[in-house]
Amino acid sequence: MKPNWKSWLGRFRRAEPREEGPPAPPAPVPPAGAPSPRPRLEVGWATDVGRQRGHNEDAVLVVELEQGGYRSSPPTVLLVLADGMGGHRAGEVASALAVRAVARHILQACLMPLSEREHSADEPSLKEVLIEAVCRANELVIEHVPGGGTTLLCALLMGNQAYIANVGDSRAYLVSPGGCRQITRDHSIVDVMVELGQMTAEEAAHHPQRNVLYRAVGQRGPLEVDTFFCRIPPGEVLLLCSDGLWEMVNEGEIAHIVTVSSSLQEACDALVQKANEAGGKDNISVILAASPEPE
Amino acid sequence: MAQGQDKDPQESAGTLPREDLSTRVMPGLAARIGSTRLTGIPAPGPGAEATRPPDSAQRGEPARSGAGQLAEGTILQGRYRILGVIGSGGMSTVYKAQDLRFPKVQRLCAVKEMLNTATDPRVRAVMMQNFEREASILATLNHPAIPQVYDYFIEGDRAYLVTELIPGKDLEALLNETEGFFPEAQVVQWAVQVCDVLTYLHTHKPQPIVFRDMKPSNLMLDDQGRIRLVDFGIAKVFQSGAKGTMIGTEGYSPPEQYRGIAEPRGDIYALGATLHHLLTKQDPRLEPPFTFHKRPIHQYNPAVSAELQEIINRALEYDIQKRFGSAEEMKRALLSLKSARGLAATAYMPAPEGVRPDALKVIWQFACEDEVRSSPCIHEGVLYIGAYDNNLYALDAETGKFLWKYATEGGIASSPAVAEGRVFFGSTDGSLYALNAETGRLLWTYPTKGRIYSSPRVQFGHVFIGSDDRHLYAVHAISGRMAWSIEAEGAVRSTPAAGPEAIYVGDEEGVLHAVGVNGRLIWRFRARRAITSSPAVGQDLLYVGSQDWFVYALDLRAGWVVWRYRTDGPVVSSPAVTERTVYVGSADGHVYALDATNGYLVWRYRTGGQVTSSPTVYQGAVYVGSVDGCVYSLDAQTGQLRWRFQTGGPVVSSPRVAHDIVYVGSLDHNVYALPI
Repeated sequence: MKPNWKSWLGRFRRAEPREEGPPAPPAPVPPAGAPSPRPRLEVGWATDVGRQRGHNEDAVLVVELEQGGYRSSPPTVLLVLADGMGGHRAGEVASALAVRAVARHILQACLMPLSEREHSADEPSLKEVLIEAVCRANELVIEHVPGGGTTLLCALLMGNQAYIANVGDSRAYLVSPGGCRQITRDHSIVDVMVELGQMTAEEAAHHPQRNVLYRAVGQRGPLEVDTFFCRIPPGEVLLLCSDGLWEMVNEGEIAHIVTVSSSLQEACDALVQKANEAGGKDNISVILAASPEPE
Repeated sequence: MAQGQDKDPQESAGTLPREDLSTRVMPGLAARIGSTRLTGIPAPGPGAEATRPPDSAQRGEPARSGAGQLAEGTILQGRYRILGVIGSGGMSTVYKAQDLRFPKVQRLCAVKEMLNTATDPRVRAVMMQNFEREASILATLNHPAIPQVYDYFIEGDRAYLVTELIPGKDLEALLNETEGFFPEAQVVQWAVQVCDVLTYLHTHKPQPIVFRDMKPSNLMLDDQGRIRLVDFGIAKVFQSGAKGTMIGTEGYSPPEQYRGIAEPRGDIYALGATLHHLLTKQDPRLEPPFTFHKRPIHQYNPAVSAELQEIINRALEYDIQKRFGSAEEMKRALLSLKSARGLAATAYMPAPEGVRPDALKVIWQFACEDEVRSSPCIHEGVLYIGAYDNNLYALDAETGKFLWKYATEGGIASSPAVAEGRVFFGSTDGSLYALNAETGRLLWTYPTKGRIYSSPRVQFGHVFIGSDDRHLYAVHAISGRMAWSIEAEGAVRSTPAAGPEAIYVGDEEGVLHAVGVNGRLIWRFRARRAITSSPAVGQDLLYVGSQDWFVYALDLRAGWVVWRYRTDGPVVSSPAVTERTVYVGSADGHVYALDATNGYLVWRYRTGGQVTSSPTVYQGAVYVGSVDGCVYSLDAQTGQLRWRFQTGGPVVSSPRVAHDIVYVGSLDHNVYALPI
């Protein structure tokens, strides 16, 4: 909805003084017979074992929710991505378990209640729901996958607003034709070193311990979850990916591929291909989502 | 690697990088699993440079198969009778034992046994060398704070190190058991002792020794209350410029240790980290590495002096060169503290930093005839403000000269707003007033059926204001005619906020109403107590405080809670929003700075009274009043006090800044103009 102050006030000034409430502006009339165009989110995703691994320890889950009719809510999509670790297949079990646990909690806790118009302090905040979802996944992984761990990245996208929770070094970016802007922070030692100016990004990229995480799902003790909230500007795309993509394909190439692809699915496939061409050292997972164009 | 390479992602710091990166190490995990370290030489792990799993004793794993522990009563070398296990884990077990060579007395000692289960002969050899190294380093040391070595021997395929048994508790266990904080003087006293022993190690001849694993659990407090340094498992003879492997304990280790640099000033960093942990009770192993500067000590423990914090901050500098050059230098700094002179540190309150309050020169002040609760509005060189003496005052903003006043029938709590040459305000006589801003002549009034505490919001030619008659009114700014009103559930004292699509206002029943520009309800949000605070519109979120102690960030369009932050008291203060930060006061006495997008605490500052005044942000500074009678100026980024100014009464009025002058009212009846 666009600001409509001016149109309303214009209308109001002609209204009778002291009238209790001017009439609501009439809804735009769609052409007869044609269904009114509806705003839709576009989503693409791909996950691939890569070139050098025996199996895929990444997991991806996407839930789309759209509602039409009276009081329709903005189109909503839940995106979850996890990159498992741990031997004896524990990694893939952990990541699969984690994405499902997150989705289950978010669907139950907030997706339907969010479309209501009355809210109260008795409901958990979105941030709390996201954190709780990740913590539940953490408990499940600890309980059921001893020796397994996983990164966990989830994004709830409603219209053009994204709510993101992250643990580990899978990344969320905003991709525009001009480049990529990283939203999340990696929970890796090298990332902190770079932030502190103790290491250059170049050194970090080749540091033998670049994959060492200080925070991941599957660890005992309190788990701190990062949350982010951002608006997706028109023309930009939300990217979620595992390190199998961002370690192999630089941000400029990512932006280029997303920009030239004709659909987000095509872009996902092309990104996976690019990572494989670059060596495909790890599993590669990609999710792309774009908010509906504003009317 | 000796141990289950692929099985255990919890292998920890110091683990060699693996070929197979799918098994990614998560250092520090083991260390997170609470800990009670026992007495004696509690060093689990043989100290092999590349293989030391820190604190694996705490993982609660069963003893490794094939490495059975010695049974009670076992006698080693015909001399040491095993009395029980003190701690075990990793590659070693520590036993309490009795030295039988002293039959008349019970001479106790600690026996550390290395379980060399590695199958690779080279690994076994390295581990053995490391164990020997620990023994030989310890054997050359002679300092009261370092446990004495009695014996070292090999029996079968196991190596043993016998040392003095230190009865007492380690500081981590003590920290966990202690309620509240350690007094500053206590911690300083320990720190001085640690500096002493570090000085001894760092100046050791022929070569300095770097301890490399300073942390609370490696500091024992013996029966005499003296600090003893234990676990030399990874201590190293310092060789300048030599690179080693990343080692140490996550959370305490200095940044350079991850680059393989181990040097004496790394121990100083780790001591800083240890002191930070001891004073704040914030376990650094649970925090992102190297983030002490983001968690200033006073934020957790306001009793700690600024001077001690400075010392700790210097020890924690990332840049080695910026730290204390030596433990001796740090000790001297510690000894210069007041708390080191035996003065009671517990009651010590940090002195006000920055400019002295009396150094602030008032530009002007103007006395009304009653309390000033209203916040000023400055427009074209004129300051408008209401007072409980029923008057709305117009003053010259530059000089404070009286221009005119307008008397209503009740006290004025409402803060005036100026638009289109008119000044609008409500009065507790129940009316909304519109005056000519220049002359003070009455243009119109709009009477409501209740007192007005809410302040007008003028937007697109309309005035929005709430009343105790439980209504929100939209009144045409020129004509004074009501466009619409909506009924709330309680009195509306909150000041309406205007967003691109709606007007937002709270009521005393705790309901926040989002009303469309046409007067129709868009959504409602119900807090648990009154919303007297006025909402603030951010880019996508609406921020509001409630008397239920929370600050809420609501989705602007739909009203759901995106995040909330709980203060320790009712929030009547209205948030001020910048691009990244929300500033708000609470009746708990603090001013809070919260991350606007996710509600994380950036900083908070404690004033001497409730903060019901609303902050104003201007050129990197936050201005706010407190019921303690002061006006505060805080650094917007750090929350450090820039200055404060004492008035003669509580300051509930919200400061406003114009042309580098801060204006605010006080319950001492005065309006003040202060330099920024």
